[in-house]
Amino acid sequence: MRITVTVDGTNYTDEVEPRTLLVHYLRERIGKVGTVVGCDTSNCGACTVHLDGHSVKSCSVLAVQADGSEVTTVEGLSRDGQLHPVQKAFHENHALQCGFCTPGMIMQSIDLLADNPDPDEQAVREGLEGNLCRCTGYQNIVRAVRDAAQHMSPGAGPDAERITETKHVGVGGD
Amino acid sequence: MTATIEPEVGKSRRRKEDERLITGRTRWTDNITLPGMLHMAVLRSPFAHAKIVSIDTSAAKNAPGVVAVFTATDLDPDSSIGMPCAWPITPDMKAPRRPVLAADQVNFAGEGVAVVVARSSAEAHDALEEIDVEYDELPVILDMEAAIADGAPLVHEDQGSNTSAVWKFDSAEAGTGSNVEDAISSSEIVVKRRFRQQRLIPAFMEPRACVVDPTGAQTTMWSATQVPHILRVMAALTLGIPEHKLRVIAPDVGGGFGGKIGVLPEEMMSLLVAQKLGKPVKWNESRSETMLAAHHGRDQIQDITISANADGTVTGLKVELLANLGAYNGLVGTGVPILGAFMFNAIYKFPAYHFACTNVYTTTTLTDAYRGAGRPEATFAIERIMDELADELGMDPLELREKNWIKHEEFPFTTVCGLTYDSGNYEAATEKAKQLFDYDGLRAEQERRRASKDKVQLGLGISTFTEMCGLAPSRVLGSLDYGAGGWEHAAIRMLPTGKVEVITGASAHGQGHETAWSQIVADQLGVAFEDIEVIHGDTQSSHKGMDTYGSRSLVVGGIAVVKAAEKVVAKAKPIAAHLLECAEEDLEFAGGKFTVKGTDTSTTMGDVALAVFAAHNLPDGVEPSLDSDATFDPENFSYPHGTHLCAAEVDTETGRVKLRSYVCVDDVGVAVNPLIVEGQVHGGLAQGIAQALFEGTVHDESGTLTTGTFADYLLPSAVDLPSFTTDRTETPSTTNPLGAKGVGEAGTIASTPAVVNAVIDAVRQFGVNDIEMPLTPMRVWHAIRYGTTDAGGPGNEAGGGLGSIDATGGAL
Repeated sequence: MRITVTVDGTNYTDEVEPRTLLVHYLRERIGKVGTVVGCDTSNCGACTVHLDGHSVKSCSVLAVQADGSEVTTVEGLSRDGQLHPVQKAFHENHALQCGFCTPGMIMQSIDLLADNPDPDEQAVREGLEGNLCRCTGYQNIVRAVRDAAQHMSPGAGPDAERITETKHVGVGGD
Repeated sequence: MTATIEPEVGKSRRRKEDERLITGRTRWTDNITLPGMLHMAVLRSPFAHAKIVSIDTSAAKNAPGVVAVFTATDLDPDSSIGMPCAWPITPDMKAPRRPVLAADQVNFAGEGVAVVVARSSAEAHDALEEIDVEYDELPVILDMEAAIADGAPLVHEDQGSNTSAVWKFDSAEAGTGSNVEDAISSSEIVVKRRFRQQRLIPAFMEPRACVVDPTGAQTTMWSATQVPHILRVMAALTLGIPEHKLRVIAPDVGGGFGGKIGVLPEEMMSLLVAQKLGKPVKWNESRSETMLAAHHGRDQIQDITISANADGTVTGLKVELLANLGAYNGLVGTGVPILGAFMFNAIYKFPAYHFACTNVYTTTTLTDAYRGAGRPEATFAIERIMDELADELGMDPLELREKNWIKHEEFPFTTVCGLTYDSGNYEAATEKAKQLFDYDGLRAEQERRRASKDKVQLGLGISTFTEMCGLAPSRVLGSLDYGAGGWEHAAIRMLPTGKVEVITGASAHGQGHETAWSQIVADQLGVAFEDIEVIHGDTQSSHKGMDTYGSRSLVVGGIAVVKAAEKVVAKAKPIAAHLLECAEEDLEFAGGKFTVKGTDTSTTMGDVALAVFAAHNLPDGVEPSLDSDATFDPENFSYPHGTHLCAAEVDTETGRVKLRSYVCVDDVGVAVNPLIVEGQVHGGLAQGIAQALFEGTVHDESGTLTTGTFADYLLPSAVDLPSFTTDRTETPSTTNPLGAKGVGEAGTIASTPAVVNAVIDAVRQFGVNDIEMPLTPMRVWHAIRYGTTDAGGPGNEAGGGLGSIDATGGAL
């Protein structure tokens, strides 16, 4: 099937097998290897990307379902050479060790902050429940997300990813 | 002229590694794609124990995209290849061959029986479905005690027994203490308990993967491994590949926790297949395969006897272990209980100790190192039994510990287990932890809740721990029949422009070596942190090493870096003197500058490097190079310690455990980077708490792993864990020049008993003195309801649902 997808601001048109998962399309067809696969049951969240502005686990979305959509991966977050505030906060707060869960964590955190710009600790923990990390014990991730929230107030930081106003209830969301 | 340079060691530097990891520019093994690359998939046995009657691969060979299909006889016609075991713990240890692919028989569910190589991974996996294997089932052996009973069916018929080896240590025989039976018979109180260390899955986030490119002069292998250097040696020894013809690269590796120590059959299959086909081959496993076929950890039954006088003075400890090896010997799994054997006295001094361990084969995935490897198991047992002893004596558990621990002024101290602890201050760490925790206030609240029969009861758990860290001293490892040394290597290349490349044999997988090593070298050479690049994980550039495990990187590999830097300075000094036209003795080196004493005449390390590059004006007979390397092999382990305190709220109506607070004060000696130390502690705590409350494998009666995905095996998420209060005391190690002790495993080792002690403390009033891990709500509720102390009871929701059978622990 032929699909046209915008990924990190670039348009791609490709023939894909109907069974191709979005994550495999991103990694294997267009080389967006920043998004990784950590499990085969949609539990770990390592493959989280944004589909039309909202986080999805890209292992539970078919590539054909993304036809006509905009996908943002961790590779498309920085603007004009500046890190996204959430990326910066992960670095500043030592919110990663091996870094394998990090792309998914960052993408999920951005969506979480779009829903709730000033979450308390519990809200962050609940918002990240679908993303597993084995290295950090989550504490510094929680700290990073709350820290990022302080830097994502209007006008702060580089162009934070624009989030659409209505929550998209779509394919494969978690 | 120069400002005072602030030392880098001790600074909470943000990590150099992060930039690529937060922007998605990381080089994971699975990211590597080569021209003409083929994909390999492994067909795995659904049976735990069965004869292979026949394998029909004809349909698979004709499936779309398939290039080749291999069975054991295709891959290894002479049946000569066996996976390596580096630790023959006794001369008579059984050594059943683990073939690369099962040939005649499978011995655990998940063992590989055939491989398909195809143009795409999807086609390879599709073709697996086309392979027809006929099996003849054999008896499944899951329970360790049943496995070693007379007449038990055997995992390996030709070995004659399911007992792999029995290993003993006795303090009277070793001369480190007295006879334990005498101690037990003459003591006023004796407490016996059986503890179960459930089987765990390391569950690193990046599944295993490897890519083999046989098309160059050297075969290049990328692998998501903790041990690229060991992998190369083992591949050479196992497959007969000349070592110099194989280059192994561990690029960015997404976690290991001991789970990526093994030298894997799949790595060997990939090498064989790629060489046979002459094309690059990638193998990339699914999470379900990882859970099934990468090694598991823990899995011991511990029978512990402790004796004491009425005043609480411990007089002796007797430990009898059964350790489940699974179906085969892992690379180091045979020796994991031995690492624990030396830690059973923990921070305490007592006069008599006896340890005996029986390693047992069962028809399960093999076990091997998992974060802490032997030391968490030992620490759990001693910290749990100390609480049980305190209860029998009617003492506060903290008071009992204080009565028996080694005092600050008694270091160095040789323990009944035979180790010499170099330094420690258990008093200081404990006092700090008590203050942060509000120990007395929480005890008072506990009393109030008990008195009011609150449905939510409070328990306080204590774990005062130490560990042997920095797995190294080669002579010690040799005395324990381990097959290799424990030294580590580093090299430093001074570049002409004054920049520095540091090469380390300690290959990292998330620990932040690039940052910490830069800090060390910055101080040693007076070079800016940013001007240092750390190279690791490639046997070609990082040409020598023993890799990363056992909290050894800093206290062994980091010291090798210091030694290499000292050599750079020593090589530079005569050249600097020559350039400055002074005597070498008149020079002093500080902050990156050689200065003529008493003057402001100086030259920098960078200037010397450039002069060496030009080589126009060097002293006679001096080689034009500042490059240096060093290999460090310490005389002793290091012994970090700490006090961990946990407050747990237990809902007596549902059995649900909520961690209200967790405080730990760790002493890891000098912290090169406190931020990294804190992060490692956090992660360690999460893993140890997970053992206490969430994780555990469950097999059904056929030997099928029913906790084989992240949907069934309960890795904690952010909502399952509290925020931790972590702090440090700093008692430098006296056995290395940095004074560092290591931190990678501390949190995991200490936290499991702290949490379990807290829960038991909350429910002891209901007659409970043991609950088997993980402490699921059902188990806790059952213990409260029935006061039970054994494993019998209703089903365990942590595993495969009500009525499931824990393969290695009997009915839950």
